Amino acid sequence: MPDLTHLQRLEAESIDILREAVAESERPVMLYSIGKDSAVMLRLARKAFYPSRPPFPLLHVDTTWKFRAMYALRERMAQESGMQLLIHKNPEAERLGINPFTHGSATHTDLWKTQGLKQALDQYGFDLAFGGARRDEEKSRAKERVFSFRTAQHRWDPKNQRPELWRLYNARRNPGESIRVFPLSNWTELDIWQYIQQEDIPIVPLYFAAKRPIVERDGLLLMVDDERFPLRDGETPELRSVRFRTLGCYPLTGAVESLADTLPAIIQEMLLARTTERQGRLIDHDSSGSMEKKKTEGYF
Amino acid sequence: MNAQTSLIETDIERYLELHRNKSLLRFITCGSVDDGKSTLIGRLLYEAHALLDDQLGALDADSKRYGTQGDALDFALLVDGLSAEREQGITIDVAYRFFATERRKFIVADTPGHEQYTRNMITGASTADLAVILVDARKGLLTQTRRHSYLASLVGIRRVVLAINKLDLVDWSHGVFAGIEREYRDFAARLGIANIVAIPLSALHGDNMTAPSTNTPWYHGPNLLQHLEQVDIATPADHGPLRMPVQWVNRPDHAFRGFSGRLLGGRVRPGDAVRVLPSGRQSTVARIVTLDGDLDEAVNGQAVTLTLADEIDISRGDVICAAADPAGLADQFEAHLVWMAEQPLLPGRAYLVKLGATMLGASIGPPKYLVDVNTLDHLAAKTLQLNETGVVTLTLDRAVAFDPYAHNRDMGSFIVIDRLGNQTVGAGMLHFALRRSQNIHWQAVEVDKTARVRQNGHRPVVLWLTGLSGSGKSTIANIVERQLHALGARTYLLDGDNVRHGLSKDLGFTAADRVENIRRIGEVARLMVDAGLIVITAFISPFRSERLLARHMVDAGEFIEIFVDTPLAIVEQRDPKGLYKKARKGELKNFTGIDSPYEVPQAPELHIDTTSSDPETAATQIVEYLARHGVIRAPV
Repeated sequence: MPDLTHLQRLEAESIDILREAVAESERPVMLYSIGKDSAVMLRLARKAFYPSRPPFPLLHVDTTWKFRAMYALRERMAQESGMQLLIHKNPEAERLGINPFTHGSATHTDLWKTQGLKQALDQYGFDLAFGGARRDEEKSRAKERVFSFRTAQHRWDPKNQRPELWRLYNARRNPGESIRVFPLSNWTELDIWQYIQQEDIPIVPLYFAAKRPIVERDGLLLMVDDERFPLRDGETPELRSVRFRTLGCYPLTGAVESLADTLPAIIQEMLLARTTERQGRLIDHDSSGSMEKKKTEGYF
Repeated sequence: MNAQTSLIETDIERYLELHRNKSLLRFITCGSVDDGKSTLIGRLLYEAHALLDDQLGALDADSKRYGTQGDALDFALLVDGLSAEREQGITIDVAYRFFATERRKFIVADTPGHEQYTRNMITGASTADLAVILVDARKGLLTQTRRHSYLASLVGIRRVVLAINKLDLVDWSHGVFAGIEREYRDFAARLGIANIVAIPLSALHGDNMTAPSTNTPWYHGPNLLQHLEQVDIATPADHGPLRMPVQWVNRPDHAFRGFSGRLLGGRVRPGDAVRVLPSGRQSTVARIVTLDGDLDEAVNGQAVTLTLADEIDISRGDVICAAADPAGLADQFEAHLVWMAEQPLLPGRAYLVKLGATMLGASIGPPKYLVDVNTLDHLAAKTLQLNETGVVTLTLDRAVAFDPYAHNRDMGSFIVIDRLGNQTVGAGMLHFALRRSQNIHWQAVEVDKTARVRQNGHRPVVLWLTGLSGSGKSTIANIVERQLHALGARTYLLDGDNVRHGLSKDLGFTAADRVENIRRIGEVARLMVDAGLIVITAFISPFRSERLLARHMVDAGEFIEIFVDTPLAIVEQRDPKGLYKKARKGELKNFTGIDSPYEVPQAPELHIDTTSSDPETAATQIVEYLARHGVIRAPV
């Protein structure tokens, strides 16, 4: 018998998860962050329900500080998939003008992302949300369930998760409680890139190396993506060939110097550089065990 | 570094091509904290280059801070994820790790070796194709080695790597290795584990991990990674008949009606004859639809959408089977159950069971026996506690398609869910259907319920009064019966006096006994309803699940739940029998309202507030309700 390849198995498992979650929830939603993992998750969703459209909207919790190229891809993908795109911006963060430069990454992330996400889930009454997190990203994720139960306050209790056996997912919850579902749990970074290549999935061009205006600050290469970037004394953006291994808010996401402008070149660099992808993001370095802390507070 | 790395550097396209056709192996590692299990996984990740520079950096820092290997890398720390656990120095849950070679991608479930964590091991093992069982060469086979092997065999793992570790500490003795291997093979034969490969290791130093070791010239078998790369991963279901539970009915428009699911057995091609269970209807497969175009064939494990040649009614949970070899269909089974919740199994309670893509109402009988996972002895038991495993009778509220677990893991496995907390409280494996239930055919009787209703002049119902002790249930129930009798209705009152002294005199007041008591009362009430009576019951019946169970025993509309609502402060003040006083002093255990919960009805048909009405008024309210709903003719 022709054995299924690892990508075929991962794909089938993710589709299985997506269908099961939809069948067992009232109001599902897919968190769409525009990055490469979201791109793969969206493709899997389209496969899972074809020829129907995926029976749920996409939700982008917008911090207003994403790269412009990300906003462009967001609009394009919403149009191509024919799915409804909901955009939520935390009104309180908007009113206070929260930004990473004056308020720091911790406050910025908490208000725009963590609080923004909770607001959006409450506002629309979603009882199940798909997220693109993978177990190989970070130590505390390795023990995360595929169906991760959250209290009515959106809290994650690592000691009180439901055992997950076989392919039998328990999505039952009481009113107010919700479930976060991670269809990409068992994918690794290499799997994601291989799948993007195999399926020819559109991704934000920032993943590919190009000349971009860069300043070097606190050891990170930051891209001056728009006029809101406050330059410090002596800082002049210079054009450098860089790319991004991970995409978040542009002032919090460090670039790497690179000439890799094709998928194989990116994968090659990834395999040789041997630096895990979240390291380019400031938020994991705030304090030790910080991802675990954020998760118990409701961060995705 | 090595050949892989240089290939990445020189010819990335070739590297990607090689990695495109990897297969996938899932395995678990079992052993105790001291056997070097975390070290073994950490070493595999390290040797397979699954670790990245910043992880190595963090490992280096962690090794110095928490490590037990001096300044050397402590691989164990790689696998210990959550900070609370890291501080205790133990792994307490199931963690999944990933690494790949050009032959295979590996998903490792790291499961803890502690006494109390059967639950986690079963969870990790349920999706594994193979188990790596660690033994410390100095200690030989331990109780936990037997336990892990038993649990692995219980969830159907038939391939074991016996990793005899720390061989460096017994001077690489062939004799020690061979002795442990022989003893293990004798033991494993009893469990039906056929495929065993024993490997002499030092995970700490890397011997026989990814290359042959010069320290074991007497060993000619594969090294650990090599074996994991080569071992056959086919499952019985791959070669079995077609099984596809329908997860989602796919209807984008009126022209298309497809059935989306994942093959859990066999293969399918357009034109294949299929039978759909439980309906038993037959059709043929028209198309195998995917976003990438229609397929000529789909195989076990693939997720697809099928269309059929005939318009037949199929919904979520139905199973599309090979017509020539369909799954079984039954509603009562012998099953092996592993209990996973602090709250023990309550035999007779109404639970939910998820099997395939179906959610069913279920009840579980008292265990026939439980299995001591250390000695494999069968022990008598009335219930199952957390981490206990035993054989039970599972009764479902309708028939479902299934295969025995030994034939097909995904068609024969189920989880048990608590109806109120929604926790997953148990996991089970179906052995076989019990023919018993199928052989008892209901006697077709000519005098049926309808005939009795005609003769009695009223409909039969259960009036189920629930409330705290001392709330006035019995008083109200007595008045209701008197009033109904006066109206010519045929009635019977079940209360503590006539039930507790007879039918249930063998039961106490523990949660399990309360459940059984209510089940019996429900069954008696059902027979009486069938006999055409208006049955009035007056029991505290504190648990929602049991009231729900009793409700489902009779037809819709025949169960009238009446909440006799008196606040605890007031019943405690009344305390007609002095019971609350005793309970407060601790002389009465499991007393509802004091040290045992009362779960307030969420949507009773009638809610009687005894603080604002006396028993006569309350009874009249109930009788009027019956008249209003056409159970009895309106009193003139």
